Amino acid sequence: MPAPFLELVDISKSYPGVVALDHVGLQVSPGEVVALIGENGAGKSTLMRVLGGVVEPSGGFIRVDGAARSSLTVADAIKAGIAFVHQELNLFDNLDVAGNVFIGREPVHGGPLRLIDRKRMYADVAPLLERLGCDFAADAPLADLSLAQRQLVEIMKALSLDARLVIMDEPTSSLTLAETDRLMRTVAGLKAHGVSIIFITHRLNEVMQCADRAVVLRDGRVVGALTRAELSPAAMIRLMIGRDLKSLYVPPAAPPGDSVLEIVDAVTDTYPGRAVSLSVRHGEILGLAGLVGSGRTELARAVFGIDPLRGGTIRLDGEPIRIASPRAAIEQGIYLVPEDRKGAGLLLDVSIAENISLPDLASYMRFWLVDTDRENENAVRQRERLKIRAPDVKTAVGSLSGGNQQKVVLAKWLSMRPKVLIVDEPTRGVDVGAKQEIYGMLRRLTDAGVAILMISSDMEEVIGVSDRLAVMHEGAISGFLDRSQFSEHNVLQLAVGHTITAEGP
Amino acid sequence: MSKKDLSLLVLILVVGTVVALINPRFLYVGNLSNTANQIGLFGIFSIAEAFIIIIGGIELSVGSVIALLGVLFIDLIVNHDVNWVVALAMIVAAGLVIGLVHGTLVTRMRIQAFVVTLCGLLIYRGAARYYTEDATAGFGFGASFPMLEWLAAGRTNVLGFPLPHSVVALAVVAVIAWVVLHRSVFGRYLLAVGKNEEAARYSGIRTNRVIISAYVICGGLTAFSAILIAMYTRSISPAVHGSFYELYAIAAAVLGGCSLRGGEGSIIGVVLGTVLLQVLQNLVNLLGIPSSLNFAVMGTVILVGVLGDQYLVQRRHRASAAKGREQASVAAAPLERVKVE
Repeated sequence: MPAPFLELVDISKSYPGVVALDHVGLQVSPGEVVALIGENGAGKSTLMRVLGGVVEPSGGFIRVDGAARSSLTVADAIKAGIAFVHQELNLFDNLDVAGNVFIGREPVHGGPLRLIDRKRMYADVAPLLERLGCDFAADAPLADLSLAQRQLVEIMKALSLDARLVIMDEPTSSLTLAETDRLMRTVAGLKAHGVSIIFITHRLNEVMQCADRAVVLRDGRVVGALTRAELSPAAMIRLMIGRDLKSLYVPPAAPPGDSVLEIVDAVTDTYPGRAVSLSVRHGEILGLAGLVGSGRTELARAVFGIDPLRGGTIRLDGEPIRIASPRAAIEQGIYLVPEDRKGAGLLLDVSIAENISLPDLASYMRFWLVDTDRENENAVRQRERLKIRAPDVKTAVGSLSGGNQQKVVLAKWLSMRPKVLIVDEPTRGVDVGAKQEIYGMLRRLTDAGVAILMISSDMEEVIGVSDRLAVMHEGAISGFLDRSQFSEHNVLQLAVGHTITAEGP
Repeated sequence: MSKKDLSLLVLILVVGTVVALINPRFLYVGNLSNTANQIGLFGIFSIAEAFIIIIGGIELSVGSVIALLGVLFIDLIVNHDVNWVVALAMIVAAGLVIGLVHGTLVTRMRIQAFVVTLCGLLIYRGAARYYTEDATAGFGFGASFPMLEWLAAGRTNVLGFPLPHSVVALAVVAVIAWVVLHRSVFGRYLLAVGKNEEAARYSGIRTNRVIISAYVICGGLTAFSAILIAMYTRSISPAVHGSFYELYAIAAAVLGGCSLRGGEGSIIGVVLGTVLLQVLQNLVNLLGIPSSLNFAVMGTVILVGVLGDQYLVQRRHRASAAKGREQASVAAAPLERVKVE
């Protein structure tokens, strides 16, 4: 293997209260495919942002072609030949392929008129199209291309910038199997041309297929590096976990009762061919684990009436119900704490009190007018019950910390009588202290008979808080786990679509 | 009264004082009464527009609706001998239907409000002109509706001041609109939908219904003002009657603190915005400024006003940002981590 042209040495990055990267080292040699793996939150994206010049490391240095420096700028990164193919593609669907490849650096002619030299643009794109074996033309509108084809456009963009290193962040997460195969061939082709690739993925079989070696991150540290010979799914999973889970679990006061919410063969728009069945019982927290994009949020949205259900039935206390709108769900006592707190959960520049009363304003009504005294009284009660830290209930929620904002969203629903509470990533962006308080509140709710469905990508939370687990993979349930079977190993196995084989380590 | 309303009031008093000092005729009872009448007429449809702007929409057909419904109203009572009470009810109903159609197109068909109401602007204007064959509609010789005329366009002497009834109508509309927007459950829904439609939906608000209701309210109020304006002008040239009125309405709403992004607005502000616009119009007349500069003066004052407001808002933001930076740095930490991963 030729000498590395890019080295990250002892890179650290800390945010107030959080260490995102802890003395991470990484080397890339020409024509090498390095897989970067780790759980959500392990630090992969931060590391890549350091490489791209978007994040400035707080310690360590970066050596490009032998010259060391403490950080890169975006321009440095481009000059060094580092290019990204992002998970959300940065393309313009109102332009054609060539226009996207040359965006921001279009060849011009016509002197001071600076007209775009279309001929040259198309001529320059042609060899790239051929090199990647694309089945579309340089003047094809981007809007007509599939996601996989768009990815190729991103790769062409990288190549036209003379990239030596292409970083792919979960490039296959939305591709079909055939498209994934083709991407694997493209990766091999790039490698043959001496282009290096850092490949971030959750899919371990892709690592097996294309990587020369794998670097495993956990909690911001490199916990292991596997050579081609050492690569195996078992070895990777072992390295990815291997952390002591703090024991969060508080058992319920009483064993769970009958099923409250039953979802039978539910089909959502995102995964039209897949059906989901699960049921949540009185007094239990059912964790819903899975990788990002496995269809959990879509399921929650359909049950809550935001999106239409494409098939299947929902039963509440054994009775089939029809939920055509969030209003209908709320009237049945099914509430949702959405994943996107700021976009869907709250009115940011409105007071705590008005946010809390919003879903239930009708009950604060006196002669069609809002009884603000009662509204404030209830808000004060909720503030004490949930320990919302704010000067008073007239404070705008936008000025609160993430944890306190989430408590306001919870307070909205706790003021009413929840039967089923669906919480989607309940502690994302929430500090540790508030996390504990929110877990405590969820447990108190189940002890009062509420059924909770908790969607979470945070392994510690999934294992530490749930009474039972359902794991989703690509739009379907890949398995259920009882507490006795809870292990990160088992959850990960199911999340990547394997079945649980042996007992975890 | 909010700080914003208060500063608008101060601006009105300053402009008024300056005009009065330069030309004392500004304070003549006759002039004040006429200006008040204009405020009454323009204020009602400005409040109508404000309801739409608050939910994050826009209504461009106000002027054309005023022309079409004005023509129809006069035609009904003059040429078809319809009892004016019945005619009034019919016209208001027509306004409500127009609002319902606009609201439905915006929500169910997902057409942008700007496009829907721009088409309305063209369609209703054309319909009004076609209906009268581009002739002026008015009361024929001897046609007389004393009760209606007194109610709609008359003035009552209050302590020596001839108070136009349009002002009384505006006062009634403004009080009701204020209660609806700032005190009622429905008003909360309007503001919530305007602020963040997604979050409103997640809170179980039937957002489409709220949006349609806003358009219906706007249509009804516009129809009502169309009748008052028709009775005041007494003759309607359908090609020009009410043209640009939607822009007066939008200007008044924006001056009064409505954000075109939705979710913000105050009825007091809209009324004060209307007052300021009419005082400016009066200023152009009284100070001998060529009336061709009318719109230019208005535009300049609005621009300066909005710029000044922007400056104050930014200064306040900077001040509070500097103050809260220390606490924020601790609180923001976990959020950072989410962004990073």
